[in-house]
Amino acid sequence: MSDITKQSLTELVENIKDKKLSSTEVTKAFIERSEKSKELNAYVTEDFTSALDKANKFDQKPNLDLKLPGVPMAVKDLFCTKDVKTTAGSKILNNFVPTYESTVTDNIWKEGAILLGKLNCDEFAMGSSNETSFFGNVQNPIDKDLVPGGSSGGSASAVAGQLTPITIGTDTGGSIRQPASFTGTVGLKPTYGSCSRYGIVAFASSLDQAGPMAQNVKDCALLQEVISNYDPKDSTSIDFKRNQYSKELTNNIKGKKIGIPKEYRVDGMPKEIEDLWQKGIQYVKDCGAETIDISLPHTSYALPTYYIVAPAEASSNLARYDGVKYGFRAKGENLIDMYEKTRSEGFGAEVQRRIMIGTYVLSSGYYDAYYLKAQKVRKLIKNDFDEAYKKVDAILTPSTPSSAFKIGEKTNDPVSMYLNDIFTVPVNLAGLPGISIPAGHDSKGYPLGLQIIGKAFDEQNILNIAYAMEEKINFKNKITDWWIK
Amino acid sequence: MSIDLKTIKHISKLSRISVDEIRAEKLADDLNSIFEFIEKLNELKTDNVEPLTSVAETTLKLRQDEVKSKNIREQIVKNSPQDNEDYFVVPKVIE
Repeated sequence: MSDITKQSLTELVENIKDKKLSSTEVTKAFIERSEKSKELNAYVTEDFTSALDKANKFDQKPNLDLKLPGVPMAVKDLFCTKDVKTTAGSKILNNFVPTYESTVTDNIWKEGAILLGKLNCDEFAMGSSNETSFFGNVQNPIDKDLVPGGSSGGSASAVAGQLTPITIGTDTGGSIRQPASFTGTVGLKPTYGSCSRYGIVAFASSLDQAGPMAQNVKDCALLQEVISNYDPKDSTSIDFKRNQYSKELTNNIKGKKIGIPKEYRVDGMPKEIEDLWQKGIQYVKDCGAETIDISLPHTSYALPTYYIVAPAEASSNLARYDGVKYGFRAKGENLIDMYEKTRSEGFGAEVQRRIMIGTYVLSSGYYDAYYLKAQKVRKLIKNDFDEAYKKVDAILTPSTPSSAFKIGEKTNDPVSMYLNDIFTVPVNLAGLPGISIPAGHDSKGYPLGLQIIGKAFDEQNILNIAYAMEEKINFKNKITDWWIK
Repeated sequence: MSIDLKTIKHISKLSRISVDEIRAEKLADDLNSIFEFIEKLNELKTDNVEPLTSVAETTLKLRQDEVKSKNIREQIVKNSPQDNEDYFVVPKVIE
């Protein structure tokens, strides 16, 4: 089979289970393609030799009852992987080799998958274009010089470019859904508390969630089923009954009530996005669902709220990088000087900016005006959703206010970069699940995504809606392999 | 509201990130444009709103207080930039 890398995760699993393909054949195919794809800069660390060893071992004694039997997979470099360097896209962790495994990746290996390597991302997941990574830009497989989105840019690029059959990213304000939208792939941000945060390099602890990024909805459901579990090692992990998301997946969404929030029709939004949204509304109606106009009145306050809450938590989380226990250390004349130089040389500009914002809003005299205020507005934003969910089962919106932009286009204006996450951030603030699915192309031929937001713990419902819509949309990603010489 | 260089110096000290003059000016510009954007929140009256501290509406689970990690001394110092087998080494703090 020459077209192994074109297969979906579900197809690969079936072919391995039916013994039509071995783990070694599949692993080799993805390694070969990854090696020809260096120009994308999707990987920070390749673990190919070890991957082939593991595939070989798997084939000698295959356990075909597992959910991901011998399937190779690269993951975002924000997940701690035992004995494999984990950088979070930062110079300050450039030499960090974890001695333990994150719960989410552990769940994946236990189901038989094999680590291919670690994927590039914005530094500490702070960015919307993968341009803040210490390891350089990532190219979008859709077109040269186009950002793949961020922060899970390497993950999105690797899935769209077929360097890995599937991957995991993390999403604090849109870092799974926005890059999925920019690359014509599917990305799910689960309910807060669904996937353990243990062993994920922390950014903003009340917002961070890991989730799958895939070529299609079914693959996404399968990986969600594997990674989501109650984990005592994460104090905010929630003990609830999880579905067998891929087995229970259905395209029957007849009678479902889908909310259309008028506040997502923002000023300056291109007509293409509005048209796509209208198409989406027609698709769900064609599937037998009903659409209802709703209001989420505090939507426009979500981004300002996020840019207080997330940097505040980040400034606190990133206090641990002091050059003492692990990571990069700069030379200093004394202890304090060493701390200050280590953090000044070790962190990039965007991370420093966010630590400074966070430090300021938490500092004496400003806490009430900023941080407390933001927590109150966060409550109002969550109340909006609670109110809406009295009337509807899910909410349909565009994923992003535009298609992918050029590398360098927004780097000098932090606020214009932040505006990318306008439709995704409210979902994190309210702790809800959201999925982005590719739904069409703009006039330049770049992919555009639609987002389905669910009630807390209702991943199955939004996966079902996404699955039904996917069938109607019949999206084809335009990948020309331009980067392969 | 405006964040001046003096404030930047103060935040830089609090966050233990050394910043030179050129970077300080750029940071002041960036932070001012970000805070201008954040000021939008003042449009809302929130006197009677309870702050949301966690979206996970569960109480923390209790567990037995027992040692689970044993003999991991080597693992703990493994990634340190400088150690003396059992200790992290830092620049001298006591004369």
